[in-house]
Amino acid sequence: MVRPAMSRSTSVIAMLILSACTGVQSPLAPAGDQASALHMLLIVMTVVCGLVYLLVMGGLVWALMRARSRRRKDEGRAEKRVDRALHVAAGVIVVGLTILITASFFADRALFATRGQDAMAVRVTGHQWWWRIEYRDPASGRWIETANELHLPLGRTTRVELTSGDVIHSFWVPNVSGKIDMIPGRRNLLDLTPRRTGWFRGACTEFCGAQHAHMAFDVKVEAPADFDLWLKTQAAPAASGAPVTGRGAQLFATKCAACHRIRGTSATGRAGPDLTHIAARRSIAAGTLPMTRGALQGWIAQPQALKPGTSMPAVPLLPADADALAAYLARLR
Amino acid sequence: MTADATLIERLDERWRDPPGLRGFLTTVDHKRIAARYIVTALFLMFLAGMLALDMRWQLSVAENTRMSPQLYNESFSLHGSTMLFLVSVPLMEAMAFWLVPLMLGTRNMAFPRLGAFSFWLYFGGVLTLWIAHAIDITPDLGWFEYPPLSGPSYSPGHRADIWAQMITFTEVAALAASVNVAATILKMRPPGMTLTRMPVFLWAMLIASIMTILSMPAVMLVTSMLIADRLVSTHFFSPAGGGDTLLFQHLFWFFGHPEVYIIFVPATGFISSIVETFSRRTLFGHAALVLSMISIGALAFGLWVHHMFAVGLPRLGNDFYTAASMAIALPAGLQIFCWIATIWLGRIRLATPMLWILGFVATFVIGGLSGVMTASAALDLQLTDTYFVVAHLHYVLIGGAIFPLLGAFAYWYPKATGRLMSERWGKVAFVLIVGGFNLGFMPMHFLGLMGMPRRVYTYPPGMGWETLNQVATAGSAIAVAGGLVFVGNALWAYWRGQPAGDDPWGGSTLEWASPSPPPPYNMAHVPVVHGLTPMWDDAGRLDVMDGLRPDRREVLVTSVTDAIPLYRQKSAAPSIWPLLAALAVSAMFIGSIFTPWAIVVGAAPVAATLTGWFWPSRPRSRSGPLGVNA
Repeated sequence: MVRPAMSRSTSVIAMLILSACTGVQSPLAPAGDQASALHMLLIVMTVVCGLVYLLVMGGLVWALMRARSRRRKDEGRAEKRVDRALHVAAGVIVVGLTILITASFFADRALFATRGQDAMAVRVTGHQWWWRIEYRDPASGRWIETANELHLPLGRTTRVELTSGDVIHSFWVPNVSGKIDMIPGRRNLLDLTPRRTGWFRGACTEFCGAQHAHMAFDVKVEAPADFDLWLKTQAAPAASGAPVTGRGAQLFATKCAACHRIRGTSATGRAGPDLTHIAARRSIAAGTLPMTRGALQGWIAQPQALKPGTSMPAVPLLPADADALAAYLARLR
Repeated sequence: MTADATLIERLDERWRDPPGLRGFLTTVDHKRIAARYIVTALFLMFLAGMLALDMRWQLSVAENTRMSPQLYNESFSLHGSTMLFLVSVPLMEAMAFWLVPLMLGTRNMAFPRLGAFSFWLYFGGVLTLWIAHAIDITPDLGWFEYPPLSGPSYSPGHRADIWAQMITFTEVAALAASVNVAATILKMRPPGMTLTRMPVFLWAMLIASIMTILSMPAVMLVTSMLIADRLVSTHFFSPAGGGDTLLFQHLFWFFGHPEVYIIFVPATGFISSIVETFSRRTLFGHAALVLSMISIGALAFGLWVHHMFAVGLPRLGNDFYTAASMAIALPAGLQIFCWIATIWLGRIRLATPMLWILGFVATFVIGGLSGVMTASAALDLQLTDTYFVVAHLHYVLIGGAIFPLLGAFAYWYPKATGRLMSERWGKVAFVLIVGGFNLGFMPMHFLGLMGMPRRVYTYPPGMGWETLNQVATAGSAIAVAGGLVFVGNALWAYWRGQPAGDDPWGGSTLEWASPSPPPPYNMAHVPVVHGLTPMWDDAGRLDVMDGLRPDRREVLVTSVTDAIPLYRQKSAAPSIWPLLAALAVSAMFIGSIFTPWAIVVGAAPVAATLTGWFWPSRPRSRSGPLGVNA
């Protein structure tokens, strides 16, 4: 019974190593200090627990073999030996647990090692089912808003302040750190120190209603210069580049502006995500669809078909109007 | 045992239920009540298992459209609520109801009518949840229903209320059952069965009952507060009204964690019984096993916060709960050691019940070790709410409780029915269930480590999760097929199995001294025991004592520690009042989903039925101190 289980687990581990290389949402591919500390702890624990498992199964197999053999020696002595072994087993368990508790304690400290240091503050607020993300504009000192896409400068600690606008959510970017809940009426802090550039994926991990499965966000770790440029672009209002007088802009002002904001225009709704630079994002509807003009148009036309239960209502539009609206949004870079 | 025919005839006449429907509705026979519990819970296990298969089907392909998000959310909520509240805990209580009086050599539970009431109320909870499902007001917020999601603002309608009231039903039933089991074990042991000579099985049931009594009030309180928030706009859990959402989680897990051990500790009782019998040797380390159980029972109340490591509580406090959670590996590990040592010292017989124990060790230890990993406050931030935890909890609950339970079914089935289950089909079911389970749930560890969150109705392609999900689906299907083989084997044996005789396995404890199936009065005489394994001591001779009247329902009451005979106690006769009381309570509970006035108005029928139930009908003076001449 033991052997097939072991060969199965070896093959699964092999599969795991192969797939871990591509993990954009995986604790097994750490890309930050916090995730690295946790990855190390995971390895220590897996090794210790694996050894204990082999020890227990070895003991069981030995016991079965002895119990089935005919030749038995002095039973009184055997019982004394087992009695001694009980104490040894208790000792082994206590030593093992002490190692693991200590390792856990130090990994926990590592997660919060940056807490005393200066860090860039970012606010993330969970909503059913999207993420409001706010950065401080270095030029003006004001908070500027974006949604569903988090950018992090490489090698610098970002301190994320987490809360919720409705129910409990949980913020998880496993490649960079562990998860922390977003609880209405509370503010939690999570330090992220990324060490590898690239795109990663974050997700909500606390069940938050019908579309919990479609509450993800993109994370981009980039060189500090690139990050500064991105932040500068985000801080600017949309009006600078995009034509605000076209058909699409007018439609947005009448059909969408009650819930969505586009800085630099008359659209100032706060119920839904800020769309000032939506076309610069990688995905729409909290990681549900890739950012393309077609996806934008589909999402505007049939949000309830793509993400049943979402707060975004289906807006009745003529085909030409939907086209114009999507064209307008696709220019908001 | 010398059983003279007239005595047996008189006992049978006195303890038999009335025939037909009247007997069905009024019975207080612990064996019939337990059988109802078991049949109901097994049927529910089948239904909830079908829900699980459906969910596995949905998850086997990325962006599958088999299920809508609403249906998926209802399915996992119903699966979890049913399995935890209506299957696992009631099954363990049922095993206690069935076995405790037999293992004590007594004629019934301490409070026979309360036992009937427990079942009827539990059945009310079953109907509440599943009729609600049939008419599409299924709870859809998980088995935990955290506010504010379950609060009035985000969950209008009655789905959340159904869930909360189902909890009230099952918890009142569980409290009643636990009080009954604890009183029976403490006060109705046979002469000679001092606490130090009490079999591990009875210790397990006693400890689980006490844990139930201590932990259930927390969840009843918290669901009542939730109902009050929803029904009469209290603000226990709304931050805007000065409440706190985390209060719910603390209270829920203060119950929720002990709940796991309320399921697991009885299983350790089954394991101890089976290992002892099939190793043909007294359990090694009786004291170590009992002390381990007691420490598990105590520690279980000090580690609920490990379900809340991600909510942002103070870090040093979390580390304390890490240490407390990991510490439970010590008693659990010592228990495993004692069982293995018993096998090592004994002469093993690998019949089906014993195979389940081997399957238990191989599977449960994985669950225990993944539990040690999730117990780390730091590492848990990567593991909690992912499929790693789904794997862990199923390894612990199925490997740790359901496997021993299936072993216990195979072990005590001949006692309950008088017939043996097929060993061959038993082994087929064993291989399918244990193999399918491991194939189905092992990949979930890796899915969790690869970042797949729990409770998602679908996931995007390209995450690398599909293959493992398909393996998991296949494994679950195999395990379900094995479950059907197991049930088929039991049904076939019920009518066609080989006659078992009184003691087919050579068991060590008193239940094997009664005929199979046991008659309504269980045993003709009260046994007297001299050791831990009464059926093996004194070369199989069992001493008995006399003095209970056969023409009345009488049971023997003994002292708590030393089991010295104290009283003859009249045992309650069949009665319709427990059923009527349960109906009245059910009406009040269900009414209170819709209006707070149901509590006021509904109290009157409850009072009336309880008055009827406790109406004095017997002269007190006829039971009294027992004149014992040692």
